[in-house]
Amino acid sequence: MKIRAIAFNTFKEAIRDRILYLLLFFAAVCIIFSRILALLTVGDRAKIITDVGLASLSLFGVLMAILIGTGLVYKEIDKRTIYTLLSKPIQRYQFLLGKYLGLLLTLFVMLVLMALIFLVLLLLYNYPVGGSFFIAILFIFLELCLITAVAMLFSCFSTPILSTLFSLSFYLIGHISWGLETLLNKIPQGGVKTLARFLYVFLPDLENFNFKTEVVHHLPIPPKIILFSTLYGLFYTVFILALAIIVFRRRDFI
Amino acid sequence: MNTVLRIEDLHKSFKIGFIPKGKKILNGISLEVHGGEIFGYLGPNGAGKTSTLKCVLGLIFPDKGDIEIFGQSNLSVRAKEKIGFLPENPYFYDHLSATEFLSFYSDLTLVKKENKQAQIERLLQLVGLKQAAGLQLRKFSRGMLQRIGLAQALINDPSLVFLDEPLGGLDPLGRKEMRDVIVRLKEEGKTVFLSSHILQDIEMICDRVAILVEGQIINQGTLQDLISEKVTVTEITVSGIQIEDCEGLGEHYSAQGGRILLKVYEEEKIANVLQLVQDKKGEIHALIPRTETLEDIFMGAVKQR
Repeated sequence: MKIRAIAFNTFKEAIRDRILYLLLFFAAVCIIFSRILALLTVGDRAKIITDVGLASLSLFGVLMAILIGTGLVYKEIDKRTIYTLLSKPIQRYQFLLGKYLGLLLTLFVMLVLMALIFLVLLLLYNYPVGGSFFIAILFIFLELCLITAVAMLFSCFSTPILSTLFSLSFYLIGHISWGLETLLNKIPQGGVKTLARFLYVFLPDLENFNFKTEVVHHLPIPPKIILFSTLYGLFYTVFILALAIIVFRRRDFI
Repeated sequence: MNTVLRIEDLHKSFKIGFIPKGKKILNGISLEVHGGEIFGYLGPNGAGKTSTLKCVLGLIFPDKGDIEIFGQSNLSVRAKEKIGFLPENPYFYDHLSATEFLSFYSDLTLVKKENKQAQIERLLQLVGLKQAAGLQLRKFSRGMLQRIGLAQALINDPSLVFLDEPLGGLDPLGRKEMRDVIVRLKEEGKTVFLSSHILQDIEMICDRVAILVEGQIINQGTLQDLISEKVTVTEITVSGIQIEDCEGLGEHYSAQGGRILLKVYEEEKIANVLQLVQDKKGEIHALIPRTETLEDIFMGAVKQR
C-alpha cells in the first residue's frame, strides 16, 4: 500500500517532467526515420525497418531509464523531500522499492507508446509482424528493469552525472562482454584465463535480452533461451536491488 | 508524568573534508519530553538542533546513545505512526497540488480512506490554505510552504509533533497564526517539540526549555526555574525635567522629543524619580520593570563557552 503510493507519486512526477516527452519525440523521429533509411537500401526493406526500429526502442528506453533513474533518489535527498517522507511510518526499503516500481511503470507506458508508433508504421506498409516481435519488446523491458535498478543503485550514493556515466558504462560493457567468451577459447591456461573467466561470470551480459536478429530474420526463439534470459534478468535485477537496499539502509541524510 | 520522548547520551560526529576528519556535532545529549507540554529546544545556529532532530527521526544514525518515542525505538514504524515532523525551510514535491500532496502523504500513514478527504480539508482550513488547495506547490511562496509543511506534519493526527524553526520565513501575522496553531495543538493534548533560535517565540509559549550550545545541553528546566521573577532594572521615560537632575538615579539617555530614558537598578530609587518628576511638574510616559529574560540566560550561557 505504502509502496504503491510512492510508486504512483514517482510515476506522476516522471510524466509531468518535460524530458520524457523530448525523448519520446526523438524516439518517434528515429522509428519513422527507419522507413526513410529503408528507401535508401537495396534488398529487404522490412529487415532494415525492424532492425532500426527495435534498436531505437531499446536505446531510448535505456536513455529514459538512466536519465530519470539516476536522479530518482538523489533528487529526493538534494531537495530534502526525503526528510518528511522518511519521517512517515515507512521503512527505507519501501521507499526505494516504491521509487523503483514507479519508474518501471513510467518506462512500461513509454515503451508501449513507442511500440505502438512502431507497430502502426509496420502495419501501414504491410510488413509482417510475428509473435517474436512482442517477445523482443518484452525482453527490452526486462533489460530496462535491470538498467533502472543499476541506475538507482548508483543514485543511492553518487551524484546524477557520475551515476549516469556509471550506468552507461554498465550498459556498454553489458553489450560487449559476450566477446569474453570468444576470448576464453583463444587464450591458453593461466592467470589471464582465470581473470577472463572471472570477468565473464561477473560482468553483465545484456546480449541475453537482445532478440533483434531473430525478429529481423524470422528465426524461431527456443523456449529454453527465453527461460534462461528471463531468469538471468530477474536474478540480476533482484541482486542489484538488494545491493541498493543495503547501501541505502544505513545512509545518513545530512 | 509520562515521558513521550527520551534521549540518552546521544553522540554524533560527521566526517568532513577530502581526507575525512571527524567533527563532533552532538556530545552527549540527554533529555526527556513529557506528554502534553511544549518543549523548546534552543540554541544558536550550528549548535546541533537539527542534527538531534534528524537522529530522533532516523534520518541520520547516532554513533552512540538511545532514543525512545512512547517507549519504543525511534526507528520503529509504530513510533513513527505517532509523530509528525516539519523541517526547517521545507520543500516538497512541486509537481503536486496542495490536495494531491496531502493525499499522497496520507497514504503513507494509517489514515483511513473514508476519513482522508475530510482530514485534508480540515488541515487546509487550519493552516489557512483552503484557497490554494488546487495550486501546484511550485507556485507556493515560502510562507505558504511553511503552512503546507505544518499540514503534512499533522496528517496522521500525531501525538508528538517536531517543529524545526517553525516561525522562520513567516511575516509577523504568519508568526502569530503559527503560534496560535502550536498552542491549539497543546490544548488538543498533543506534545510539541519546538526547535528555534528566535527566543521570543519560545518564551511566550514553551513550558520547558533546553539550551544547546556546541552539541551539549547546558541548561534545561521549566521557564520559571530558569528565569528569576526578580526585577533587574526599571525603565522610566520622563519629560519636563533636566538631564542634570537625573544624576545619581541611574543610567540616563536623552530620547526623542525632549524625553529622557532612565534605567534605574535600585528599587528604592524609583520613588525618588517619581518625586522629582512631581516637583518639577514633569510627565511620566512609561514605567517598565524588566525581569531576566530567556535571552539574558541564553547570551550568558553562550558567552561562557
